[in-house]
Amino acid sequence: MSDRAAPAPSVRFADTFPSRAPRGGRIPVSGQAVLALAIALFLLVFLVVPVATVAYVAFTEKGTGAPTLVNFLDFARTDLFVRSFWNSLYVSAMTVVWASVLALPLAYLTTRFEFRGAALVQTLGFLPLIMPPFVGAVAMQLLFGRNGTVNLLLEEWFDFKIGLMEGLNGVIFLQAIHYFPFILVNLSAALRNIDRAMEEAAQNLGSHGFRLFRRIALPLAMPGYVAGASLVFVKVFDDVASPLLLNVKEMLAPQAYLRITSIGIDDPMGYVISVVLIVLAVVTMWGSAQVLKGKDYATAQRGGGGLARRRLTRGQSVMAYGVVLLVLALVLAPHLGLVLLSLATVWSFSPLPDDYTLAHYARVLGDSSIYIKNTLLYAGLAAAIDVAIGGAIAYLVLRTRLPGRQMLDWMAGAALAVPGVVLGIGYLRAFYGVTLPGGVPLATLWIMIVLAIAIRRLPYALRAAYAALQQISIALEEAAENLGATKARTVRRVVIPLMTGGLLAGFVTSFATAAVELSAVLMLVQNNSDAPLSYGLYVLMQTPAGRGAGAALGVVAVIIVAVCMGLSQLAADRSQRARGLDI
Amino acid sequence: MTGTMSKAVAIDIRGVNLSYGATPVLKNVDLSIQPGEFFAFLGPSGCGKTTLLRLIAGFAQAQTGQVLLDGQDVAALPPWKRDVGMVFQSYALWPHMTVAKNVAFGLEERRLPRREIERRVRDALDLVGLSAFADRRPAQLSGGQQQRVAVARTIAIEPKVLLLDEPLSNLDAKMRVSVRRELRTLQRRLGLTTIFVTHDQEEANTICDRMAVMESGIIRQVGTPMELYERPGNLFVAGFLGSANILDGRVAGDVFEVAGGARLPLPEHVKVPLGAKLVFRPQHARLADSGMLRGPIVHREFLGSTVRYGVRLGGAEVLIDAPFQSGDDLRAAGDLVCVALPPERALYLAA
Ligand SMILES: Nc1ncnc2c1ncn2[C@@H]1O[C@H](COP(=O)(O)OP(=O)(O)OP(=O)(O)O)[C@@H](O)[C@H]1O
Ligand SMILES: [Mg+2]
Repeated sequence: MSDRAAPAPSVRFADTFPSRAPRGGRIPVSGQAVLALAIALFLLVFLVVPVATVAYVAFTEKGTGAPTLVNFLDFARTDLFVRSFWNSLYVSAMTVVWASVLALPLAYLTTRFEFRGAALVQTLGFLPLIMPPFVGAVAMQLLFGRNGTVNLLLEEWFDFKIGLMEGLNGVIFLQAIHYFPFILVNLSAALRNIDRAMEEAAQNLGSHGFRLFRRIALPLAMPGYVAGASLVFVKVFDDVASPLLLNVKEMLAPQAYLRITSIGIDDPMGYVISVVLIVLAVVTMWGSAQVLKGKDYATAQRGGGGLARRRLTRGQSVMAYGVVLLVLALVLAPHLGLVLLSLATVWSFSPLPDDYTLAHYARVLGDSSIYIKNTLLYAGLAAAIDVAIGGAIAYLVLRTRLPGRQMLDWMAGAALAVPGVVLGIGYLRAFYGVTLPGGVPLATLWIMIVLAIAIRRLPYALRAAYAALQQISIALEEAAENLGATKARTVRRVVIPLMTGGLLAGFVTSFATAAVELSAVLMLVQNNSDAPLSYGLYVLMQTPAGRGAGAALGVVAVIIVAVCMGLSQLAADRSQRARGLDI
Repeated sequence: MTGTMSKAVAIDIRGVNLSYGATPVLKNVDLSIQPGEFFAFLGPSGCGKTTLLRLIAGFAQAQTGQVLLDGQDVAALPPWKRDVGMVFQSYALWPHMTVAKNVAFGLEERRLPRREIERRVRDALDLVGLSAFADRRPAQLSGGQQQRVAVARTIAIEPKVLLLDEPLSNLDAKMRVSVRRELRTLQRRLGLTTIFVTHDQEEANTICDRMAVMESGIIRQVGTPMELYERPGNLFVAGFLGSANILDGRVAGDVFEVAGGARLPLPEHVKVPLGAKLVFRPQHARLADSGMLRGPIVHREFLGSTVRYGVRLGGAEVLIDAPFQSGDDLRAAGDLVCVALPPERALYLAA
């Protein structure tokens, strides 16, 4: 296993967008300007306008359009919303706590001890990308719910049950299992980068064991931990579908969705909730940036390396493997449950399905294959848009002196703070009134789903593009120009070919995550024939009769994403080799 | 510092071999350091000085051999139980703690009362002249100040043994001299057995009681600075400490025949090891008008109190330092001269 961190889980709010003093214009300025304006226009129409619309509706009186705070007062006076707010906060915070409880020992174990399971633990880092929590929600209910496998067995053998999946706890349990790897990956990377003399000095002064970890290693790795934890917090807070599939409605993001879909797009409450969601995401990111301020310890230390790994004693070994196997079992549980469910004829009130069948797959690949086709189309288009825009922004920021280029970077990055459900609501509201010649509202076109997904994934694609471009020496471009290539031709013949590997990796990652995007999609799908797989899965999972097919769709999704992740890894490796870098 | 004078501790290293993977880093190291001694490891970069310190501190494991502190084999003791204070080559100050917190760390780990900790932190910082910086972060200090914090942090716990890994390398020349003196005074006062790593021989000469010269994992010679300079045991030590002229040759009866033909009488008691070469220091020879070693002057450097001549003898070139008094006539390049070397100043050393 290479030491390279998984590409997407290590996205951190604090350092997402590197900037560098650009050197000279490379495409003629007019061309650069046109490109920049086109991108700015795109971001304006499909990101800024929808979000601004949401804010506008939240802050104006229904009907008259007069500015007002009445809507927020209503929000604060409605018990349901206040309760939902606190529930969401509680669930997010507790998810971070439990995710930390899972991640800390694993990170410590793999970075400070000679431990053969380390590679296994590192691969855990990819799992939340392969399967977002809503996909496995129902399966988890069947495994750990009140009448799930585990509780049925516990009751039979020991005559008691555990309420793991009851109410909010169920959401916390599900989310913690899915998202702890974000903390694990960031924290492990930070721990590995600590100068080993830092810990040796502490040992030399008499410190060891857990105290050493708590007083030296953990504070030094804190930036990595905070980056991971804040990501988890925001993701959980913004999740619509997982709570709903677990039948938990009293949380904020689900309330926004329910409000709009049940009462209508004129009701201001959905918009107020949206504003609250955005503010919370922004505050969390800002807070994490504050915590990290002045704590970039990496520069204060010499080379990395981490403490010489210690050998585990036999007892410690047994414990370590115990912990890893337990976590692994938990992490794989939703996958296992999903597969069982997709093969089950009937599965309820019994530890295992009554009988097995392939009928669900037949149905999913036959009648319902439209979901899969739509997904491939949408995710493919969205990823292509992301790579094109991400590559262009990276080029403009890193290689030109165009005034205002930093704005593009900020706008694209700001998409991180916009929850999917909010973007969906914004699209509905902003584009419903706009109609095509035939009288069809713009908001109902499937292409809107594609654009919303593209905007959601743009920050990640942008990051991949930055990385790809930064690895190309400016001297290579200058050499081409020196040999008489024009700027535009240099881009085409030198920059783009060299970036291909990196961009391809970015494309595949965007594609994979776009394929399982749900919260924005949930708002925008108008009829079943336009629905992607994630939506189909969500709808099917609502009824006991549809679960089998839903699970089969889930398995298909997991396979698509897993294959893409593998391809992306391959593309990244190959491009490194092509550049003559050792891998 | 109110250091309670604890009994000084001897360090014994016996038959240590240590390798990283297939690369041997320490080879057959035997060393005895007396209680309260100020000892230096001197040697070129990469010869294993840091590794030897890390072995004593418990951060490296030898494949064979023993490390004894105060007569006790410490193999079973982890670093945090050895009570061996080490100042790291990279300082290793913790960036998330203030200077005072850094210095207090070891005392807190020892669960001393808070009063006592405060007092000892203050004393340690006074000692290195950094009391005014107690509340700063390491990143806000200069390289030299950081180094002094690292020393203070280690001194504060009053360890049995003090290991200093090139503690002065980042100080300017003046600072280096004064910190060196302070370290020496402190070490005497606390009676601390101290090992000091450096590749600067002047530094080693001025500060230590005895030193070990190392070359690629082997201890080539141990002794006081003067002994090593005056009576180097081999060519490496002779060449590493000060400048030395080295001439090939062989023993023929009671004379040493230098390549090129010149013959030097061997004093009676001298034993010439196999494959030995003739070694002498530039200031021990003179330019004369007649003698066995004859050759042209190839260059001349005026150094103030001396003049350094380069004389070609056969295939080799030797350096001769002549004292300079104003009004002296200098020899010119091209002059044919003889090199006069008192037989008792000639050393015959093997590699
Ligand atoms: N962890 C390691 N793994 C492999 N080789 C190592 C390791 N640490 C040190 N070495 C090798 O051991 C040799 C001795 O290293 P050491 O750090 O002891 O040298 P040193 O004498 O302190 O040098 P310097 O004066 O440059 O600090 C070097 O050749 C080095 O490359
Ligand atoms: Mg060293």
